[in-house]
Amino acid sequence: MGGTSKGHQGVSNGGIELGEASSLSPRAEYSPNTPPRQTSAGVPGSTMYRGGSGKGTSDERQSPVVDMGHGDAFDEEALPPPLPPRPQISPERQTTSSSLYHPGSSKPSLQSKATTALSLTDILTQSFPDGSRGTYAASSARPVAGFSADLSPADYRSGASTRNASEYGDISSIRSYAPTLQVGGDIESLMGEALDSVQENSPWKLLSSQIESENPLSQISEEEKEFESKFAEEFNEIEDLKMLLNCWKSRLKHFFILSSAGKPIYTRHGDENLISGYIGVIQTIISFYHDVDDSLKGFIAGGARFVVMAEDPLYLVAISRLDESDTQLRTQLEALYMQILSTLTLPTLTRLFSTRPSTDLRKLLHGTEPLLSALADTFTRGSPPTLLSALECLKIRKAQRHLVNNTLLKARSPSLLYGLIVAGGRLVSVVRPKRHSLHPSDLQLIFNMLFEAEGVKGGGGENWIPLCLPGFNKNGYLYMYVSFLSRQAKSEGPSNQPTKSGGKEDEVAVVLISADKESFYEQQQMQDNVIQQLEKNGSMDIIISAVQKGRYSISEIAPGTLLRHFLYKSRANVQFTMPSYEPHFISPLERRKLLSLYHMLHASVHAKSAHLKVQHCVHRDSISLAWVTPFFELYCVAGPNANRNALTQGANKVVQWVRREEERVFIIGGAVF
Amino acid sequence: MATRAPIASRPGGSRFAQFKLVLLGESAVGKSSLVLRFVKDQFDDYRESTIGAAFLTQTISLDDTTTVKFEIWDTAGQERYKSLAPMYYRNANCAVVVYDITQASSLDKAKAWVKELQRQANENIIIALAGNKLDLVQDSSSSDAPAGNPDKRAISTAEAEAYAREAGLLFFETSAKTAENVRELFTAIARKLPLDQAGPRGLPRGPRPGVDLRPEAAGTQGGGACNC
Repeated sequence: MGGTSKGHQGVSNGGIELGEASSLSPRAEYSPNTPPRQTSAGVPGSTMYRGGSGKGTSDERQSPVVDMGHGDAFDEEALPPPLPPRPQISPERQTTSSSLYHPGSSKPSLQSKATTALSLTDILTQSFPDGSRGTYAASSARPVAGFSADLSPADYRSGASTRNASEYGDISSIRSYAPTLQVGGDIESLMGEALDSVQENSPWKLLSSQIESENPLSQISEEEKEFESKFAEEFNEIEDLKMLLNCWKSRLKHFFILSSAGKPIYTRHGDENLISGYIGVIQTIISFYHDVDDSLKGFIAGGARFVVMAEDPLYLVAISRLDESDTQLRTQLEALYMQILSTLTLPTLTRLFSTRPSTDLRKLLHGTEPLLSALADTFTRGSPPTLLSALECLKIRKAQRHLVNNTLLKARSPSLLYGLIVAGGRLVSVVRPKRHSLHPSDLQLIFNMLFEAEGVKGGGGENWIPLCLPGFNKNGYLYMYVSFLSRQAKSEGPSNQPTKSGGKEDEVAVVLISADKESFYEQQQMQDNVIQQLEKNGSMDIIISAVQKGRYSISEIAPGTLLRHFLYKSRANVQFTMPSYEPHFISPLERRKLLSLYHMLHASVHAKSAHLKVQHCVHRDSISLAWVTPFFELYCVAGPNANRNALTQGANKVVQWVRREEERVFIIGGAVF
Repeated sequence: MATRAPIASRPGGSRFAQFKLVLLGESAVGKSSLVLRFVKDQFDDYRESTIGAAFLTQTISLDDTTTVKFEIWDTAGQERYKSLAPMYYRNANCAVVVYDITQASSLDKAKAWVKELQRQANENIIIALAGNKLDLVQDSSSSDAPAGNPDKRAISTAEAEAYAREAGLLFFETSAKTAENVRELFTAIARKLPLDQAGPRGLPRGPRPGVDLRPEAAGTQGGGACNC
């Protein structure tokens, strides 16, 4: 049974220590003396791919660099060998792919590359088996590739994985299927810098631009079409009675919440009549194991993964066909449970059920179903904050954030606990007491309430909301003042615009949380002052324009990169940053596929048994990389025709960029009082 | 604040008053929809439940010289928020208790609220009873919207009116969807409020000043509606 632990979520439980200098000083993170490979305990013989272990010439580098073997790209777990010969690539494209990154490569060199590449493979791999850092013998590489490039050693470095004979076989067979694609591309990008000067050739440019436009996850096969249509239907309400049951059964994801006495409390899909039978079955199964003190954690049946969370007096169940791991589903169930606690508080919940085990909780939760459903749908669409148990900040300059922080601090009302400015689901600024941190799980509930559900936003006024923040204290209520600013600006004069029109992406809200339920007017006064000050000192315009601009695009931070998207989580700050989904991932389906890939990477680097630090995955429609150090987690994705080196370079660029922009993309040392 | 409608310059003789109004009633009877219609002249067909309470303001002119600003507390109808209600109706000058004319039980709930208000709230509180969702029972032939069905009505006008008279309440049947009687409702309340005592600086506050009210100065500032 499941047996997955909550281990990797330890960071999230710690809350955001925005203010305290934790033992992990963010700066230490990038010290050249702590290259990532120190952390990558290579386990020989494992099929997972790791970064180079131990020795190496790290001193040559200023920043951590991902090293990966040039020969072996296949994670056997994710992709059983032998790899099919990429049928969708026409021969024409195969040849062009070798000039993928360097349109300038001259035509004549192509043929020789394609043929000699095979022999290069041997040369490459021979240098590996002893486990030492595999370096290309420059003398052999040069004649083979036909370049006399002066290459830095770093470019040649490859992983120190030990391969067995069968893997050799696989590699060479793959190579022989698509030699130009795999090897040619590699070499060329290795030689990259040297080729820049070669003159450009327009047909090549044309063809390679075609390939560069090949986005990851954009190809749709038969089974994916089925998935696509299912995914599109996923968020519709089930209406047609005739098809009801089939419809219901075909949903990709279900969430159930029931009492341990077997009373239904919440379900994402279907009404009571439809689900009561299933609730009965679920309750029977869970209590069967419960009774023998061997509680059920999860199981797989009918292509779906079932995960059970028993939080007395509630049972929460997730059923997913979306390739999520037990741990990930458990995190989602936890969030739903937190939402229930947030409405009721733990003492109320336990009291209700201890006095009357048959309590019908639906009555008490009435009105919060949209919040639960908004959470559930967020998970089904794929949610980076939930996956990473981290939150995202609005990228603004450090000095600007400082100004906003100080404005909040100055206007602070006497009973204020937390003061937040949030914009488009991202945190702009936070002030908090020294003793208390703000937990990502609590923030997630708040963000969900403000930005995903319509209840608060649609009201169009100021709000005073009693809620429990379980991460802060699951025993009592806090009171949250919420006011949306963009709305305020819009409501100048009579606007006939429907309230729902505002996209959630550009909503700015002031959130002031207090333990004093009578302090509404106090918080209102503070909000007035804050807004006034922010407008006066220009911060408001900065925030609004930053929000309207949306997330940065990946080409801004790494021009010319073949990376299409990434997630970067700073572990010390419990925050993450990512580029915009556009222009490569526009439809919900494309995003879901991207997020599925991230889930898969995340699951494998966080699997309990695998002490994996770097993982590289090749799929038919994408290549991707997960890189985990004690300081950050990076997940990135490139198109299917990109090669590992491009991916690696992109990853390094991202890490360098984040290091440079750290104080803009993250809130470091938020304002404390 | 969501709406801080600027008030044109008030010449010497004008009167301005600010009143606190609370909406109460069972969940899903349309409290928020009434407020949204009154404040923004909008209507949402699908509206999620209010969470906690929402605070909105709207200013209306009774005549050339009299302006009334409502500070409206739109409360959530769910049972679990019941214990918070006193916070909102304490010091309220007026209340709108809403029921759904197609749901018999909602009038019972409204009656309970009226009772509680009369027992616990300000002595002089002005209470209006509003039977909402009138559009659902009007078979208006001219309307382009799907006609309502008179059979849906669960509470007769006469019955509710009789109760309102007996309890000393203002009474309206309203539709937030068609806007019918919404403005009338709030105007009637404003007319019944003790404007003469109000003066230019708003009403003298309730018996427990300073507990949860804005300082006088702030109130005046808000009322003065300088949006700068």
